[in-house]
Amino acid sequence: MTTPTPWNRKDLLTLEELSREEILLLLDQAKAFQEVSLRSVKKVPALRGKTVALCFFEPSTRTRTSFELAAKRLSADILQIQPASSSLVKGETMLDTARNIEAMQVDILVLRHNASGIPMRVARAIAPSVVNAGDGSHEHPTQGLVDLFTIREKKEKIEGLNVLIVGDILHSRVARSDLWGLTKLGARVTVCGPPTLVPQTMEALGARVSYNLQEELPKADVLIALRLQMERQQEKYIPSLREYTKLYGVDREKLRLARPDLVVMHPGPVNRGLELSADVADGPQSVILEQVTNGIAVRMAVLYLVTVANARHPEAPQGPKDLGFEGEIPRPTPRSAIKMASE
Amino acid sequence: MKAPARVKTHLLDSPGIARAIVRMAHEILERHPDLTLLGLVGIRSRGELLAQRLATHLRKIDGVEVPVGALDITLYRDDLSLLAPNPVVHATEIPFDVTDRQVIIVDDVLFTGRTVRAAMDALMDLGRPVSIELAVLVDRGHRQLPIKADYVGKNVPTSRKESVQVRLAEADGADEVVVEEAAEG
Repeated sequence: MTTPTPWNRKDLLTLEELSREEILLLLDQAKAFQEVSLRSVKKVPALRGKTVALCFFEPSTRTRTSFELAAKRLSADILQIQPASSSLVKGETMLDTARNIEAMQVDILVLRHNASGIPMRVARAIAPSVVNAGDGSHEHPTQGLVDLFTIREKKEKIEGLNVLIVGDILHSRVARSDLWGLTKLGARVTVCGPPTLVPQTMEALGARVSYNLQEELPKADVLIALRLQMERQQEKYIPSLREYTKLYGVDREKLRLARPDLVVMHPGPVNRGLELSADVADGPQSVILEQVTNGIAVRMAVLYLVTVANARHPEAPQGPKDLGFEGEIPRPTPRSAIKMASE
Repeated sequence: MKAPARVKTHLLDSPGIARAIVRMAHEILERHPDLTLLGLVGIRSRGELLAQRLATHLRKIDGVEVPVGALDITLYRDDLSLLAPNPVVHATEIPFDVTDRQVIIVDDVLFTGRTVRAAMDALMDLGRPVSIELAVLVDRGHRQLPIKADYVGKNVPTSRKESVQVRLAEADGADEVVVEEAAEG
């Protein structure tokens, strides 16, 4: 029997920092958790008495629901923190909010934020486990793990596969987590999309860059289509949506170029008719709904492993407790103060 | 790294284990004349192997194929921080419906009873067995819960400092049961 790889991290922040062995451990553990959701009683008492705070400072349905179900199936208690009703709108800093949550003896903080790096800062400042549920355009590690898990289920391996990621690579945290995970497990990754949305710097991270989808499709074993992030398109990155769909949208016509055993994935939510046509999204090669199902098992494994690691090393501070972040995070200056200063 | 544990007593050798299992199989048959109602559930990982051996003997004696399942109880432990350094969760695989079945939980060593408590909770989440019994190869005493085995291969008084190791050919290369003096530290 081989000794299992240790998991000693109290947080899951990025796939970049994980070793190949740690990623494989997470995927193997997720496989074991799959069975729980198939029972008539979809619950195990592993995290009974633990509290999971879900702090989503950015809209999310799928990821939040998935984390909530994962936590509930592990018997944890859930605390939902919504930005509209939180003190952050009153000007409290993220770190103060996190420390207050810590002071209420919460065990795990699942955090989504539109600024890259926030979960790392919070994780270093508080003792509870922090799980990154997507930070800015940086990483979305659990979605990356879901994609790896789904590919492994479908193709029975990851090493040596050609994976094609198509779309808005520039803004996509899923693309970055996928890239780290896939390259660590030995897949060849090609990123493809309009030049404005595919930074050349992706080559430094180990991906091939291409601007021609039709050329790349025949080589791919797996296609991951990304959502065109309308909410991040303040500047004009593409001339028109019609042109984007014509060049980079995947429809049945373009799929004729691909291998018959191509697996089509999408992290959701799908802009139907834009990056994927409806017949491809619902077609036989699509595993989009399996990704959603697998998401629960993957997140159960993540919540379980970080909690066990944190329980075994109760202090487990991975950095100094107080790094004086408050000084770095600019607080809005009250108007009255500006006035007084000028007087 | 801990120093290797010192072997104190060889409790059972390969023929000894085989005899104990055959006897337990006969005792099971004595109490369950209709084996078709029975299901064996081994606790991963040694318990699963023992359950398979029991099923093999039951088939030899009575010709009935008793279904065998494997239960992983990692998620049912009562203290996360007391878990082994790297708890690895394995899937629970029980290829029969436990509801309305007479289930026998099979494990290698019965000690505090906490594992069996966890196994009973796990089984109850999977359905409603008619009855649950317990079969263990070694009962070493020191119970912390009101749990008693129905079928025992060997009773051994031990001290808390000692550990009882069951090794089975399928997993460890050879069959033996030894009592070890826990390493210092």
